[in-house]
Amino acid sequence: MIDVNTLIGPYPFRYIPHPDPDVLLRVLDREELSGAWVGHLPSAFYRDPSQGNAQLYSTLVSHAPRLRPVPTIRPDWPGWEGAVVAARDAGAPAVRAYPPQWQLAPDDSRMRDLALVCGDAGLAILLTIRFEDVRQRHPLDVAGDLQAAAVRSLARAGERVRLIVTAAGREFIEEVHWSLTPDEQKRVVWDFSWVWGPPEDHFAKLLRTIGGARFVFGSHWPLRLSQNPRANLELLPKEMSEVRLADPDRLFAR
Amino acid sequence: MTEPLIDAHAHFLHEGCGRSDWSDVNAARLRAGERMGITCHVASILGSFGFHSPTYFPSPDDVTAGNDAMLALCRQHGSLVRMLVTVNPNHSTHARGEIERCVAKGAVGIKLAASRRADDPLVDPICGLAVKHGLPILHHIWQHRRRDWPNQEISDGADLAVLARRHPNVTLILAHIGGGGDYLHSFAAVRDVPNIVADVSGSGVDRGMLDAAVVSLGSQRLLWGSDITMETGLAKLRALENTGLSTADDIKDIRWRNAARIFGESVAPLPARRPPHPGRK
Repeated sequence: MIDVNTLIGPYPFRYIPHPDPDVLLRVLDREELSGAWVGHLPSAFYRDPSQGNAQLYSTLVSHAPRLRPVPTIRPDWPGWEGAVVAARDAGAPAVRAYPPQWQLAPDDSRMRDLALVCGDAGLAILLTIRFEDVRQRHPLDVAGDLQAAAVRSLARAGERVRLIVTAAGREFIEEVHWSLTPDEQKRVVWDFSWVWGPPEDHFAKLLRTIGGARFVFGSHWPLRLSQNPRANLELLPKEMSEVRLADPDRLFAR
Repeated sequence: MTEPLIDAHAHFLHEGCGRSDWSDVNAARLRAGERMGITCHVASILGSFGFHSPTYFPSPDDVTAGNDAMLALCRQHGSLVRMLVTVNPNHSTHARGEIERCVAKGAVGIKLAASRRADDPLVDPICGLAVKHGLPILHHIWQHRRRDWPNQEISDGADLAVLARRHPNVTLILAHIGGGGDYLHSFAAVRDVPNIVADVSGSGVDRGMLDAAVVSLGSQRLLWGSDITMETGLAKLRALENTGLSTADDIKDIRWRNAARIFGESVAPLPARRPPHPGRK
């Protein structure tokens, strides 16, 4: 199993212990995960993420193929198309995009362009609903959560688009999923790093209604405890213990 | 016998909460608890959880109905479920009556939500009864309130510290460090107030939160709990074991020994009691 939602590097709004690839590898061993897709956390807050991407590539090269880079590409920055080519050449399985942090509206055509170009290159777009609970944010952290409308807009952009949406809760997932056609639904997978388990059993309800094929394993490490998604799987009702999640390496398979 | 595990912050629902799935939610808590090895759910019901009156400002009728439902759950499940009696300090006579009524039937503590700020004088009679019966008070907390939030008169660690200094003989449990807000502020606010302990429940599973809690408060001032997200409780339990933060003895304290010391032996036996922490005078 692969953890699609991991990051390295510091976070601007609070201290995070050891956000380093060496530690991530130990976490993967402990959690019995085969690999991780890794982003560069500070890049979400850089105006130009290209230096962050360069750092990500160089840091992870010695950890390939277990750690795969997921660079950050902002489509309102000149030359972003070249960053997509570089991502593909570096073996990235996906690229990260942060529309709220870049103040891009939910229907911004540049985000759709990015999704289409990435889709043609076999790269998924990884979206982050939030980094932290809204109740604890730093006063300067005013970007807000990614809106469901933004995910809908991208999912509808074209049939080659693939989205990995992380850090969403049940209501968000349901709103997006049921606002898409069956074909569009298949373009979107979700991690469950922020989905509640028992006693409300949001995760179990989503698996029953939307299906395991729409979910991938993601922890949101190093912001959140890596043990959380595994705990969520373990606490599913017995009849769901054999649930099969999507394989993130096969998002583009037909 | 496996090591006890006490959930110091649990909730159940009842028929009057306006949810058709209320019994499923209760069953899910017990199912997950069995899987996790929870030996005692120390639980409360906050009135009708918003159906007839607001969750954090429950009417007297709702408070009584919720407490009655908790008493019934205790009768049904024996030692697996213990109750905290919920009260709304704005209705002082009723609150005091509920405490006396439910303690006589086995309540092991008092639950205060957010009906009145922690440092408000109306909370003093509640503390008086806590002293009289030797009960802890679990107080709903917003970690670092920077403004008012709707539908609750929220308190934070600093507010609770004022109350705790006024009542040094009461153990106050600062609720859910993972339940929203800036837990680091709470740790700083209560670090030097030894009769405040904290429970680790809540949906937040920030890396670094447990580390900071152990460093700031020490393992004898932490209680394990889940609140309304049990998977985050299990994750924290694993994290305590995996991070190397705490010794095996410290983990036992957090898992159950502190809870047994604070709530009393009806939540767990104490075969290997450690010296009491110096918090309560």
